[in-house]
Amino acid sequence: MNRVRSWWRVLPILAILGMGPVLGAVVSAQQPPPQPKAAQDEFVPIDQLPPEEKLPAAPLLIAAYSVAWLAVAGYLFSIWRRLDRVERDIADAGRRLPRT
Amino acid sequence: MTFLRVVWLVMRKDLLVELRSREIVYTTMFFAVSCVLVFAFGFVREGQPMGDVGAGILWIAVAFSGTLALGRAFERERQSETLRALILAPVDRPALYVAKLLGVLLLMAAVEAIVVPLVALLFQAPLFRHLAMLLALLAAGTIGFTAVGTLFGAMLSRARSRDVLLPILLYPITVPVIIAGVRGTSALLQADPDPAVARAWLSLLVSFDVVFITLALWTFEPVMTD
Amino acid sequence: MQRLFLPLTLLVAAMFAYAPVMIAQAPYESTMLLVQKIFYFHVPSWFVMFSGAFLCAGASVVYLAKGSRNADHYALTGAELAVVFGLMGLITGPLWARKAWGVWWEWDVKLTLALVVWLTFVAYLLLRRYGGPGSEKLAAGVGIFGAANIPFVYYSVNWWRTIHPKTTVVPTLRPGMRGTFWFCVAAFMLLMVLIVAVRVRLERQRALVDDVFLDLED
Repeated sequence: MNRVRSWWRVLPILAILGMGPVLGAVVSAQQPPPQPKAAQDEFVPIDQLPPEEKLPAAPLLIAAYSVAWLAVAGYLFSIWRRLDRVERDIADAGRRLPRT
Repeated sequence: MTFLRVVWLVMRKDLLVELRSREIVYTTMFFAVSCVLVFAFGFVREGQPMGDVGAGILWIAVAFSGTLALGRAFERERQSETLRALILAPVDRPALYVAKLLGVLLLMAAVEAIVVPLVALLFQAPLFRHLAMLLALLAAGTIGFTAVGTLFGAMLSRARSRDVLLPILLYPITVPVIIAGVRGTSALLQADPDPAVARAWLSLLVSFDVVFITLALWTFEPVMTD
Repeated sequence: MQRLFLPLTLLVAAMFAYAPVMIAQAPYESTMLLVQKIFYFHVPSWFVMFSGAFLCAGASVVYLAKGSRNADHYALTGAELAVVFGLMGLITGPLWARKAWGVWWEWDVKLTLALVVWLTFVAYLLLRRYGGPGSEKLAAGVGIFGAANIPFVYYSVNWWRTIHPKTTVVPTLRPGMRGTFWFCVAAFMLLMVLIVAVRVRLERQRALVDDVFLDLED
């Protein structure tokens, strides 16, 4: 049992040490990234954009509505889970009450 | 005991303790200097500072050193449990707040006395052109930042994870101070300085100070006592 | 509230089921066409965020003034609502902006104000979670300061931006869109009422359980 526990402790340290040389190799092989221009200075109304620049709207729209639904559903689910915990705690407290 | 007497006594106590060790003053000043140096490495290219970064760097250095100073000031109280003793004393609680506020303000004044010339030097920023206006902006901004920070620092002195929670709570609330301070100072530093714009920003800072010091005085007692 | 809960839930469910129909039928906005329809959920989510923020601030004032634990429950609920619906707004906004303005983010007054308020209430929740015992009162202070900050952030960012003017494309509501918009606002507000009811009840139960455990230990 002890051997398993110390293996879990050593593994993350080994991973971090191993990342050092890997990162160094990756960084030295990279070119410097091109400087982006400030996007606000390039404001062009949509109808004047060349066709390649026009993004399809549907994926963005679907993504936005999915986010809204997922956020609400996720929040409701987290409330439900916390209710579960509270009910378990109540049952636990009930069990611990002195039997009169 | 009158309000002012309590303020004076608590301030005197803090100053005496600090004068004996000078721990907070030296470390905060050195931190502010290293902060500005780090920005110098980040923002100076081929010996020339980029654009007009002087204003921004000045205020960021003030904000960071202020956060550090506030944390340290209350850490000392926590170690000897003196904050609880102070709150138990039969005095006006807001007086304690004012005393702490003035103490940290004195410290920040000392730090800024070092940081302003340093930024002017390293970033070639003509900070001394409209000195009175700059000092007014710095004073109003530091008061606003410290007013909120003193309340939060006192609140958090008994909480867990207080070191990281102070900046998390402080920075969103002091966004207007930073914006107003940087924009006002920028207006004074630009090639064609505009004192009228700086005055407008100063008025925003002063109203921020008034509102938030009032709020802090109201909420200090309910927040610190059970 | 107990008796109203089920009918209200059914109403909200029906409204959210009908909303996509209304949205699909609403007229296209002239420059942004399809992607503008994100706005029907995006703007109501900001309304809920600000309502949550004000609920938190108001309840915090009552909590600090009177020590009412019920007020504290409402404050926590307000902050959670502000964070969840603010996050929704912060994600749907850039998705819309990318298509409409060409950039994911702009330092515009409304966006910056919303971001700062959202950050303040995230800080509120972090304080309540990690601040240890007694953090309810501290968090109440943060809630009040956060709400008091709103006009200052608004004015400072407004002045900041007007010195460097930027064109932003903000739609004006055509009549065909107005009905759909307010329908969605109503749906979101009713949803908010439901969530407040549920969440406050959960918080009350949690406080009761904590009390029971404390009594058991004695």
